[in-house]
Amino acid sequence: MSKFLNLFAPIFGCATLVLGIAYGVATNFFANSKIQTAEQKIQFAKADSVRLKETADMTSNRVAELEIKVSELEGQINITRAQTADEIVTERTPRHLEKFNLGREALAEEIAAWDVDVLPDGRGLPHGRGNVITGEQEFSEHCASCHGEFAEGIDNWPVLAGGFDTLADRDPVKTVGSYWPYLSTVWDYIHRSMPFGAAQTLSTDQVYSMVAYILYSNDLVDEDFELSHENFNEFGMYNVNGFIIDDRSESEYPLWRKEPCMIHCKDQVEITMRATVLDVTPQTDTFIEIDEKNVRKIGDSTININPEIIADGENAFRKCRACHQIGVGASHKIGPHLNNILGRTIGGFDDFKYSSDLRAAAEGGRIWDNESMIAFLTKPKDYFKNTKMAFVGFKQQEEIEALIAYMRSYGTILE
Amino acid sequence: MSNTTRRDLLKGGLAVTAGLAAGKSSAGIPDPLITQVQDWATYTGDGVDATPYGMPVEYESDVIRRNVPWLTADSISSINFTPVHALDGTITPQGCAFERHHSGAIDLPKEAYRLMINGLVDTPLVFTYDEIERFPRENHIYFCECAANTGMEWAGAQLNGAQFTHGMIHNMEYTGVPLRMFLNEVGADLSSQNWIYVEGADASSNGRSIPMDKALDDCLVAFKANGEALRKEHGYPVRLIVPGWEGNMWVKWLRRIEVIDMPVESREETSKYTDVLEDGVARKWTWVMDAKSIITSPSPQSPILHGHGPLVISGLAWSGHGKIVRVDISQDGGMNWKIARLGKQQGDSKALTRFYLDIEWNGDQMLLQSRAIDETGYVQPTKEQLRQIRGENSVYHNNCIQTWHISENGSVENVEVS
Repeated sequence: MSKFLNLFAPIFGCATLVLGIAYGVATNFFANSKIQTAEQKIQFAKADSVRLKETADMTSNRVAELEIKVSELEGQINITRAQTADEIVTERTPRHLEKFNLGREALAEEIAAWDVDVLPDGRGLPHGRGNVITGEQEFSEHCASCHGEFAEGIDNWPVLAGGFDTLADRDPVKTVGSYWPYLSTVWDYIHRSMPFGAAQTLSTDQVYSMVAYILYSNDLVDEDFELSHENFNEFGMYNVNGFIIDDRSESEYPLWRKEPCMIHCKDQVEITMRATVLDVTPQTDTFIEIDEKNVRKIGDSTININPEIIADGENAFRKCRACHQIGVGASHKIGPHLNNILGRTIGGFDDFKYSSDLRAAAEGGRIWDNESMIAFLTKPKDYFKNTKMAFVGFKQQEEIEALIAYMRSYGTILE
Repeated sequence: MSNTTRRDLLKGGLAVTAGLAAGKSSAGIPDPLITQVQDWATYTGDGVDATPYGMPVEYESDVIRRNVPWLTADSISSINFTPVHALDGTITPQGCAFERHHSGAIDLPKEAYRLMINGLVDTPLVFTYDEIERFPRENHIYFCECAANTGMEWAGAQLNGAQFTHGMIHNMEYTGVPLRMFLNEVGADLSSQNWIYVEGADASSNGRSIPMDKALDDCLVAFKANGEALRKEHGYPVRLIVPGWEGNMWVKWLRRIEVIDMPVESREETSKYTDVLEDGVARKWTWVMDAKSIITSPSPQSPILHGHGPLVISGLAWSGHGKIVRVDISQDGGMNWKIARLGKQQGDSKALTRFYLDIEWNGDQMLLQSRAIDETGYVQPTKEQLRQIRGENSVYHNNCIQTWHISENGSVENVEVS
C-alpha cells in the first residue's frame, strides 16, 4: 500500500503549485495577456494533471495486479512451507539421482506375458475372432452362473445388459451397453480378470466370442455378428460421449473456498431422515460370543487324518472358494456346497442346476469316491466334458489328496 | 449381559443411571476393587513370549473390522470397515484397517515377488523384492480412503455407525521408495502428457492409469506400514501409495508399471470409480479426495454411557489437497459452530488429523456435526450442497457433513437434518 501513496504525493504537489501561481496572477491586475498566458498555463497544467492522473491510475492498477500476484506467491510459499514440513519422519531423498543399476532387463517373453492391457485405440489387442453363437455357449458355461443366461445379473452380481437411457433416472442401470465407454475395456477385463475364480484361463477367441455375445445381449449387434481384431475399432460404444473430465475445480471449489458462517447460520433445524427407520445396519454385538454351532467339527472318526494334511487341503481350497462353500452354514453359490461331498451322489442336489453329464451321473447313481474325485480334480473337463466348473485342474496330486482330506473333515456336518 | 448386545440395550431405552454404575463407586461404600487384594496383585501374570506376536487384549474383542453383507455379492470381491468409532489418535493399526479386494487377498511370498517396469522406457527392468529395499527410502504418514466411503448415504441417512458410514479409511506410516526413482532407473519418458499404468498381481489384475506429474510428485512404492511388513490384505509384500487420491489407485501386490502415452481406461476407471451426475453424464478421473471429517465419538456405536458432565467429542479430519487447518463443530445441527482443538502437526500433509471439543453435557439433545477446512480454504460441504451439484447417483466422493443425533439418554443415531 505504501507504494500506492508514494505515487500520488508528487501528482498532488504539482497541481497545488500550479493553482497557487494562477491565483497570484489573477489578483495582481496585470495585463490581459498576462492573464491569458497564465490561463494557458493553467490549461496546460490541468491537462498535465489529467495525464499524470491517468498514468497514476494505470500504475495503481498495475500495483493492484502485483499485489494479487504477491499474495499468490505468498500462498505458494505457504504451500511449499507446508510441504517442507511434511518431512516429519524422514528427510526426502534427493530429486536427481544417478542410476543405481538395480534390476535386470525384462525379457521379451516376460513382457509379452504380463503386458496384455488393451488400449481404447485397439493397441495391445491380439489377433483372433469369435461370433455371437459361440459366445452364447461360452457365456452360458463360464459367465451365466453369476451374470445370468441373458447377462441380466444374478443376486448382487453385475448386470451386463440393458439399462439404456437410465443414467439420469433415480436408479441408473450401468451396464456394458448403457454405460461402458470403450469396447477395449470389456475385452481387456474379461481377458485378464474373468471368469471370477478362474482368471486368465480363457483363450483369445473365447474372449472375442464372449464380447460379441455381450454386445448381442445389449441389442447392439445382430446374431450373425462376428467380432475380430479386424473390425474391433469400427465399433463405437453407446455411452462414449457420456463422460467429462473431473471439473470440481471449476464447478465446486470456488463455491466452497469461502470463510464459513459461525453463528446464527440457520433459524431452525429439523431431522428429516433417520437411519434406524431403514434398519439395514449389520448387528454389531459388543460382546462377541462363540457359538457352539460355529465351532468346526474335525473328524470323520472312522478315518484318521493327519491335521497337517488337512491344513494343506485348506490351503488348496482357496482355489475353490470363489465358487464353493464348505462348513456349517455352507450353501450353494456358483457351485454346490461341498459338505459331506465324499460319499454323496454325483450331481445329487435337486436345488442346484448341474450340467447334463453330472445330471446323467446322478441318474446312474454314481457316487463321489476317492477315485472319481481325484480324476475330476486332475482335469475336470476330461472327466465331465460339459461341467460348468471353470477350474482347469490341480497340477499336483498331493494337493488333490490334501483337498480330499480337508473335504472329509467336513464329512459329519448335519444338513 | 451375555445375550444382550449394546444395540439391544440402546433400543430398549438406555437408562443413564445404568451407565453410571460402571466406573463410579457409590459414596460411602468402600470399593472392593481397592479394599480387597485382587488376584492380579497376588499371583503372577504371563511370562514373556506368552504371545510372541501380541494381539489386542480380549476385552477389546469388539474393536474389529466389519462388513455390510448386502453391499456386495461375495466377500471375496468386497469391502469391510475400520472401527473408527473405537479408535483414537491418528494411526490405524494394520489389524483393523479396512480391506477392499476385487479377487481376494492373495498369498505372495517375497521370494516370488517381481516388479516389472516397461513401456516408454530406455530399458524395461524387472526388480526382485530385495532390490526394492536397496533404493533410498522415505517414511510418510498418509490416509487411504476408498472413493466409495460414505457412498451409501447419498440418498439419505442409511447406516447407523461411524464404522459403516466412514470406515473405508485408514492412516498409516509407510516406508517405501519414491516412484520417481524407479522411473529414473528405467530411463522413462517423463513428459507430463504421459501416464503410468499400474497393476496388481492378483486375479482381478486391478489396474489404474496415473498421470506422470502425480507419479513424479509423491507416489511411493511401499513395503512397510506402521514399522512392520504390510499385511497380506493390504498388498504384501509391495503396494503403491498415491497420497490424497482414491484408494482404488493404491494398487496392492504391485507387479507392473507401464509408461504409456494415454490412459488405459481400464474397468476400474470407466465402469467403476466414475461419478454419475444428475443429468446422466459421468465425471471421470475424479482422483482427489476432498476435505472431510467425522465425529467418531459419540457416534451410534459409541454412545454416551457415562451420564452428565464432562464429555469428550472426538473425531477425524483429512484432505487430499493437503493439510487440515481447522475443524468446526456444531451441537445444534449447523446453526452455530465452535472451533475444535487440533494438533499443529499430526502427520504429513494428506494424513488424518485428530480433533477434540471438550464440553459439559447436561443431557440435552444434540445434533452433532463437524466441518473440516483444508489449507486451500476449502470448507467441507453439506450433503445438500453436494446434491445440488451432483444429484444422488454419484456413488463415489461423498464428503458431506455428517449429523449424529444425541438423545437425552446418550444414545446416538445417524440422521439427516434440514
